[in-house]
Amino acid sequence: MLEIEIDGQKLEVPDGSTVMDAANRLGLHIPHFCYHKKLSIAANCRMCLVQVERAPKPLPACATPVTNGMKVQTHSEQAVTAQKGVMEFLLINHPLDCPICDQGGECQLQDLAVGYGASSSRYQEEKRVVMNKNLGPLISTDMTRCIHCTRCVRFGQEIAGVMELGMANRGEHSEIMTFVGHTVDSELSGNMIDLCPVGALTSKPFRYSARTWELSRRKTVSPHDSLGSNLIVQVKHDEVKRVLPLENEDVNECWISDRDRFSYEALNGEERLTKPMIKQNGQWLEVDWQTALEYAASSLRRVTDEHGAGKVGMLAAPYATVEELYLGAQLMRGLGGGSIDTRLRQSDFGLDGKLSGTPWLGMKIADVSKLNAALVVGSFLRKDHPLLAQRLRQAARRGTRVSALGVSGEDWLMTTHARVTVAPSQLAAELAGLVKAAADIRGVAAPAAAASASVSDAARRIAQSLIDDGARAIFLGAVVQQHAQAAGLHALAQELARLTGATLGYLGEGANSVGAAVVGAQTGLNPQQMFAGDLRACVLLHAEPELDAANPAAAVEALKRADTVIVMSPFKTGLDYADCLLPVSPFTETSGTFVSIEGRIQSFHAVVRPKGETRPAWKVLRVLGSMLELGGFRFDSSEQVRDEALSGATGWLPEYKLGNTASDVACATPAAVEGLQRVADFPIYRNDALARRAPALAATRDSAVPSARISTGTAQAAGLATAKRVRVRSAAGACELDLTLDDTVPASCVRVSAGWPQTAPLGALSGTLNVEAV
Amino acid sequence: MTFSLNEASRAAIDREVAKYPEGQAISAVMAGLRIAQEQNGWLTPEAIEAVATHLNIPPMAAMEVATFYNMYDVKPVGRWKITVCTNLPCALSGGEQAAEYVKEKLGIGFNETTADGRFTLKEGECMGVCGDAPAIIVNNTRLCSWMSREKIDALLDELK
Repeated sequence: MLEIEIDGQKLEVPDGSTVMDAANRLGLHIPHFCYHKKLSIAANCRMCLVQVERAPKPLPACATPVTNGMKVQTHSEQAVTAQKGVMEFLLINHPLDCPICDQGGECQLQDLAVGYGASSSRYQEEKRVVMNKNLGPLISTDMTRCIHCTRCVRFGQEIAGVMELGMANRGEHSEIMTFVGHTVDSELSGNMIDLCPVGALTSKPFRYSARTWELSRRKTVSPHDSLGSNLIVQVKHDEVKRVLPLENEDVNECWISDRDRFSYEALNGEERLTKPMIKQNGQWLEVDWQTALEYAASSLRRVTDEHGAGKVGMLAAPYATVEELYLGAQLMRGLGGGSIDTRLRQSDFGLDGKLSGTPWLGMKIADVSKLNAALVVGSFLRKDHPLLAQRLRQAARRGTRVSALGVSGEDWLMTTHARVTVAPSQLAAELAGLVKAAADIRGVAAPAAAASASVSDAARRIAQSLIDDGARAIFLGAVVQQHAQAAGLHALAQELARLTGATLGYLGEGANSVGAAVVGAQTGLNPQQMFAGDLRACVLLHAEPELDAANPAAAVEALKRADTVIVMSPFKTGLDYADCLLPVSPFTETSGTFVSIEGRIQSFHAVVRPKGETRPAWKVLRVLGSMLELGGFRFDSSEQVRDEALSGATGWLPEYKLGNTASDVACATPAAVEGLQRVADFPIYRNDALARRAPALAATRDSAVPSARISTGTAQAAGLATAKRVRVRSAAGACELDLTLDDTVPASCVRVSAGWPQTAPLGALSGTLNVEAV
Repeated sequence: MTFSLNEASRAAIDREVAKYPEGQAISAVMAGLRIAQEQNGWLTPEAIEAVATHLNIPPMAAMEVATFYNMYDVKPVGRWKITVCTNLPCALSGGEQAAEYVKEKLGIGFNETTADGRFTLKEGECMGVCGDAPAIIVNNTRLCSWMSREKIDALLDELK
C-alpha cells in the first residue's frame, strides 16, 4: 500500500494505482477526456494535469503512478493554469457549434469548457475541418469535433476485440477513421457513442430527435438476452427516444450491446398493433377491448368444452415477464390442463423432469471474469451473448483459457486456448472425446458412452485446461439447447464436468428463460408436441412461431389448422393464422420481472404509457382469467403477481430452484449423417420481435439477407465452387438463396440462418439439406 | 485494383516477423509496409490490407502506420521520389533554396509528379544529416549530401 495526499486528504492505495485512481477513491474529480476506467491509459488529452510536489512540471493524473508519500494538488494555481492551457488548445480546432450538436448538454468538453475555457478565443486563424465518415447505420459522425482522445479506438481494440476505428495521419492531420470502405460492424459499437466525450460520434437513429434535458431517464432491464443488462431508457412525450446502459458492474459493467441500444426503434414503428383486432370472414376488423376479450374468452371456452383443455396451448416468448408467464400458466391450468411453453426453438425435451432444477449459468455472471478455464459448447457466442463474450474476452486477456467446441469457426475476437469446429452431428463424438481425454488424464475408466471415443490433441488440451486448478466452467450454448440430441449432449457434458470438476452451465436463450421454468410456464405438452398434435386453440404471447419455432413450417401448419389462435403481441403479427390480435405492452410499457441466467431477479416499471389501446399483458391475462371465471386471478398489481409467482423471492432465486444436474439421461451417440447438414443460427438482430423491427439494426451487416454459407472445400466437393445462387431443399420445403463461400462453416455443412421468412420454409433447424445451383 | 504480395515480399516479411517474439507479428508492420511499397511503388489500400492480412492484424492498424510516416507513399509517386529536407538546420543552410531550384527545374511543386511520371517532389523531415545540409533523399534510400545547384543538376541528369 502506498500513502498519498491529494488536496490535503490522505489515503492509502494499492501498489500500481495512478493518481486518478486515488482521486476517484476520494471522490475528487479531476477533469479528463481520454481517461476511462475500463480502457487502457493513453494520456493524450492532457486535461488531467495536476501539480505533484517536487515534480518540475504538471503531470497527467491518469498516467502517473502513485509513489509513497506523494503530495498532489488538483486545483492549485499550477494545475489550473495547465488545465486551462490544455483546454485552450483543445478548443482551437473545435467548432463552436454546440447549438446544433447532438452532444450539446451532455458533452464533457462543453461541461469542462464552462469551468476551464476562456470567455473568448485568442485563436483567430482558420479552424481545421475534417470530412465525416460513413461508419454504418448506427453511428453518426461529425469528425471536425473530434479531440483525438482515442477512446473509440481503444474500445475497439480492448473491449469489442476488433480495431475497426484507428487514427490515421499525423499531427494536425490526424483523423479517426475506418479502413477504406469499411464500416463499424461490431455488435458493441454503440458504446463508442457513449464513450465519445464530444459530439464526434453520436447515435444515428437518435440524431436531432431530442435534447438531453428534455428527456426523462427511467431504469429498466433488457429483454434481448439472458444477461439482464440494466438500461436507462430516455423518454420524451411518452416515447422512447434513446436507450443507454445503466452501470452494473456485476451484470453489464458499463456497456450494452447494440441490440439493447437500438431495438427501441421498433417501439415507435409502423408495425405496432394499437387496437384489438378480430378476423371475421377473412377480414381484419378493429374492435374494442371488451369485444376482443369476450371473443378470446369465448373461443377458449368453446374449444375447451368441445375438445378438452389438452388441445389448448399457450406459446410464449422466453422474454415474456415472470408475471405474464405466471398468469399464462394459471390460465392454462385453470382451463383444466392446457399446456404452456416458452422453448419454441427446442426440439429435444429429453431433459424434462430429469434436471435437479432450472437450467442456469451455474454461477454468477461476475464469476465468469474469475474463471481460469472455460469451454463454450455450441454457441454463436458473440451474436447470442455479446456482453458475456465481452466478459470472456477480458478474462482471456488476463489469462483465462477459453476453448470452444461448436458448429461455426467464427472469430470470437479473443485469444482461444483451443477450438474445435465440427458438423452438428459430430458434437456428440467430440464431447465424448473430451470425456475420454478427461478420464485418461484423471486415470479413471471412461464412461461406457465415451470408452471408444477417439481423442484429438485439441480435446486433450481442452480437457487438461478444465482439470487444472482454479475456477473452470463448461457452458452449453443455443446450438446444444436446440440440438436434436440436446439431452444426450447434456449427459456427455455432465460427465465431462464430473470428471474435470468444472461447473456446468447454460447460456440461456431469452431474458426470462430461467423465470419461465421457475414459474411453471413449461408445463403440459411441449411446443413440439403441441405443433405435432391436434392443437385446437393457441395463445401466442409475444411469440412468433413462424420465425422462432424449431420447425417454423410445421408450426405455421399447426396454427392454421387450429380453430382459434389468439395473438398477444405489441406488433401486427400472425395475420395469416390468427383470428384475434390483442395489443399487449412490450417491456417498456409494462411493469414486470425478468430472471436472468444467473438467477438474478430484476423487476422494472413501465417507462412510457402503453401506445394506443395497448394494455400490459399481465392485465389482459388477468381479465381473461376472470372472464373465464377461473380462480387465482385476484391481483391488484404486478408486484403481487410476482411475489406469488416467485414465492416472495426478491433479488435472487433461491439456489435450490436452480440446477443443471440431470439424472438418468443417456449420453448421446454420434449419428452418421449423409449429405450436407444444416447449421442454423438466429442472427443477432433476428432474434426477437423488437430487434427484427428496428430499421437501423436491419441496415447493419449482421442483418444482411440470409445466404447459404458453405466452406470452399465443401463447395468444390459438391460442385458448387462457381455457383452464385442456389436452391436449398429440405424434407419440409425449399428456398432460393445466394451462395456465399465461408470457411468458418464446418466441412459437409451448409449454414442457413433461421429467424428469416426467406429460410422458414426449410423447416427444422437441423437435418440435411440438398443444395443445387440455379 | 488488386494487389497481392509476391513470393519474395512474403518471404522478406516473414524474415522480419521472425525477429520478434511469437505473437508479436504486429511489430513487423513497418518492415512489411516498406516491402510492400518496394514491390508496388506505392501503398495502395489493397497493399496495406495485404500486409495486414499477412501479419494477421486489423487493416486499420497497418493503415495508421502507413499514414503516420512520410516515407510511406499512400498516393502514387513517380519513378524517382526526390525528398528535400526543409527542417530548420537544412533550411538555414540552403535547403529551401535547394527545394526551390528542384521545383524550378522539374516544373512541379511539393507533392506533385511530373507529367512524364518520372519525378515526384516531396518536402522531407530531418534525415539526420544536418551537417551535410542541404540534404536530399532519393526513393527513401539514396541520401545525397551538400546539394548545391550543380549537384542537383547532376543528380537529375543521372536519374533521367
